[in-house]
Amino acid sequence: MKILVCISDVPDTTTKIKFSNENKELDKTGIQWIINPWDELSLTRAIELKEASGGKIESITVINVGQKGSEPTIRKALAMGADNAIRIDAEPKEAYYVAYQLAEVIKSKDFDIVLTGLDSADYNGSSVGGMLGELLDITNVSAISALNIEDDKVFVNREIEGGTQKLEIQTPFIAVVQKGIAIEPRIPAMRGIMQARTKPLEVVSPVDTDCLTENLVYELPQPKGACKKFSEENVSELVEVLHKEAKLI
Amino acid sequence: MNFEFTEEQKMIQQAAKDFAERELLPDVIERDTKSEFPSEHIKKLSELGFLGMMADPKYDGGGMDTISYVLAMEEISKIDSSVAVVMSVCNSLVNWGIEKFGNEEQKEKYLRPLASGQKIGAFLLSEPEAGSDATKQRTTAEDKGDHYLLNGTKNWITNANCASTYIVIAQTHPDKGHKGINAIIVDKDTPGITLGPHEDKMGMRSSDTHSVMFNDVKVPKENRIGEDGFGFSFAMKTLDGGRIGIASQALGIASGAFERAVNYSKERKAFGTEIVNHQAIAFKLADMAVKIENARNLCLKAAWLKDQGQPYGYISAMAKLYCADISMEVTTEAVQIHGGYGYVKEYHVERLMREAKLTQIYEGTSEIQKIVISRMLTR
Repeated sequence: MKILVCISDVPDTTTKIKFSNENKELDKTGIQWIINPWDELSLTRAIELKEASGGKIESITVINVGQKGSEPTIRKALAMGADNAIRIDAEPKEAYYVAYQLAEVIKSKDFDIVLTGLDSADYNGSSVGGMLGELLDITNVSAISALNIEDDKVFVNREIEGGTQKLEIQTPFIAVVQKGIAIEPRIPAMRGIMQARTKPLEVVSPVDTDCLTENLVYELPQPKGACKKFSEENVSELVEVLHKEAKLI
Repeated sequence: MNFEFTEEQKMIQQAAKDFAERELLPDVIERDTKSEFPSEHIKKLSELGFLGMMADPKYDGGGMDTISYVLAMEEISKIDSSVAVVMSVCNSLVNWGIEKFGNEEQKEKYLRPLASGQKIGAFLLSEPEAGSDATKQRTTAEDKGDHYLLNGTKNWITNANCASTYIVIAQTHPDKGHKGINAIIVDKDTPGITLGPHEDKMGMRSSDTHSVMFNDVKVPKENRIGEDGFGFSFAMKTLDGGRIGIASQALGIASGAFERAVNYSKERKAFGTEIVNHQAIAFKLADMAVKIENARNLCLKAAWLKDQGQPYGYISAMAKLYCADISMEVTTEAVQIHGGYGYVKEYHVERLMREAKLTQIYEGTSEIQKIVISRMLTR
């Protein structure tokens, strides 16, 4: 069995976001880039499964659509325990473009499980996993909170309204994962960091395709106002403010 | 000149930061209060390879450079110096000492399990009456032909209980003074070794500190490191590198307290504004920032010299002296900035201040560092 983990290179989640080019682009100055947190958990789970598989999981590959600058993120994934990596040498312009690039590479390979995060921490599009299923014409299961392999059968849990659904799935399939897939991202060990230097990182050229969306402008939310306090005796005033100012009731 | 860290160095720094924040921070106050040794945390740290991070991969070490070690030590020490000191003793003193001066058999037998993190080491130099003046070793290693017979007491031994492998500095030829001293590898479970009670310390309370008594402890002759009489020179050379570890620990304590002080000063309000907007606080922070930056540069320069194979004893003594002294100053100011909150445990800075004090004392006091530096000036 072979597992592919799709990883995005996103700004650290504590980054103070600014925009440039008349608010059309993210200002990348001074940003620290990390593996998208869902993708990091996906990879952690893939590594756990491989370690427990007794050799039945042959390899874990990570794939990224990104330019040279995303290689430190890819190397971190290799240090965590991925066996090899593919970088599609293109700017990840929008979800369809990314999904199309990924699909073109995945088509030519032989993966049993393709893991993607539910969304990426930068644009929160939640689109690539679904598009991949469509472009590859294979099963796509979303909102997976557990992934297990028992006796060569693959089981997943999905979080649904009011409960959990357990499914058995035929491979190959796209697993779009969310909270619960792994407890904490794996910290790379010294040995992993050392080995990451020499693990294969294949760089492939992108294929021509159009973007389906164009970003017009970003708007930052209004700064949060000061907190208003009401004493216990002033419930009527609180209700009035919630009704007239906050328009919540 | 290049101040940019490599991809690997940044990855190690981040791994240490993640480990410290995720594994050490949640119960660091409780462990400090109870003087509880962090066994589980050390086990995880060794599984990640931090205890043998600089040892040669040939002996199952991490093969990382000293700069990576400084970066990791700073991150761990920001949160918990009791854990950082285990890392420092293992990497800088025991592993390095055996790797640099041990023979092949000693490396196979002792370095391999240490470098892979399966075992922990301790370095036994200080004595009740031989601290700063390490030439006055009273512990004896009597030459009995095919073995040494060890007798005496060692004080303030970090990792004394958790370690399996000791490097003991002891006098074999009293008539030769410091040239009669040997460094001997001793298995902790050898008959005749007993430990004193756990020391109830001011800071780094959860580190494993005991006195160790040797009573007719028989050690094979082949466990001596280097030639007969090499022990004092071995100890001094090893401590040169050890100083880089303690300097980066002191740096981490300072930068940990500083980060907390900056965050607190941006949140705490007084006289209608966040206290960072008051010059009295802002200038304190500016002074702290300058000291930390200087300290970091000294640590990194010492590490860089060591990695380049150049003499580093002079700069590592400066790094140890400066980092320890500014660590005390910065943590004291961090407590002051926190006001009353700084004086209670919940805000961490009082603990960091207690930890900082030890860095001015162990592995060569600040005064000893001044002797080392000034003697090099007058050579």
